[in-house]
Amino acid sequence: MKTDPKQYGSLVKKASPPSPVWKDCLWAFVVGGGICLLGEALRKAYAAWGFTLTDAGAMTSATLVGLSAVLTALGWYQKLAAKAGAGTLVPITGFANAVVSPAIEFRCEGLVTGVGAKMFLIAGPVIVYGMLASVAWGVLWYLIRPFMGG
Amino acid sequence: MNYVWAFVVGGALCVIGQLLIDYTSLTPARILVAYVVAGVALSALGWYAPLVEFAGAGATVPLLGFGHLLAQGVIDAVEASGLLGALTGGFTAAAGGVTASLLAGVLAALVCKSKDQN
Repeated sequence: MKTDPKQYGSLVKKASPPSPVWKDCLWAFVVGGGICLLGEALRKAYAAWGFTLTDAGAMTSATLVGLSAVLTALGWYQKLAAKAGAGTLVPITGFANAVVSPAIEFRCEGLVTGVGAKMFLIAGPVIVYGMLASVAWGVLWYLIRPFMGG
Repeated sequence: MNYVWAFVVGGALCVIGQLLIDYTSLTPARILVAYVVAGVALSALGWYAPLVEFAGAGATVPLLGFGHLLAQGVIDAVEASGLLGALTGGFTAAAGGVTASLLAGVLAALVCKSKDQN
């Protein structure tokens, strides 16, 4: 049977599994919120342990990154991500997953051109544009600071 | 109460990302880039610090918080060393998170064997 693109599109729509937006969002909300809740608990624990507020935040990030790396290495983070979508992508654990996952995958291409180069396939652009934005803001802040009473 | 807001605000920031995935054709890498740059911008406007005050890790754990960290780091560095701070502030602030990820990536690659994706 011959199908024009329009018919084909509707056939694909019928055949692909339904992914209701509200369900995606509920998953993202619960899992993403849960990761942040864990972060808050860690932050409080580190603060109670005697870390300053800034250091407690950095320790929290490092802990979440480590946790995400372990779960990624076990293959569990990807399973959760299939359901939770942005809930596992947007937190810092998603950034760590984006580093660790290609690092493992490209191990077979060697330690330098494989792991070393490919681990920043996704995280690299994030760092590049984050840094560019921070430089732009730094220059702007330098110029407006005298007028801000800073 | 702080825990509730961390959960609600963190969850809401993830829902925004999910809506971007479902309604636009943005890839995860583009969404992460957008979040970090948006975080720098929101922090520069002075809007993000109150959210961090209010929601704690709910605002700092999502990548918007990473952008906020960069913007605050740049402010501190410019205070300390003038225009040079615009170059050094970002990486100084990001050092912990980036180096932790880098270390975790290499360790995981050494420990694990890459599995066949199919």
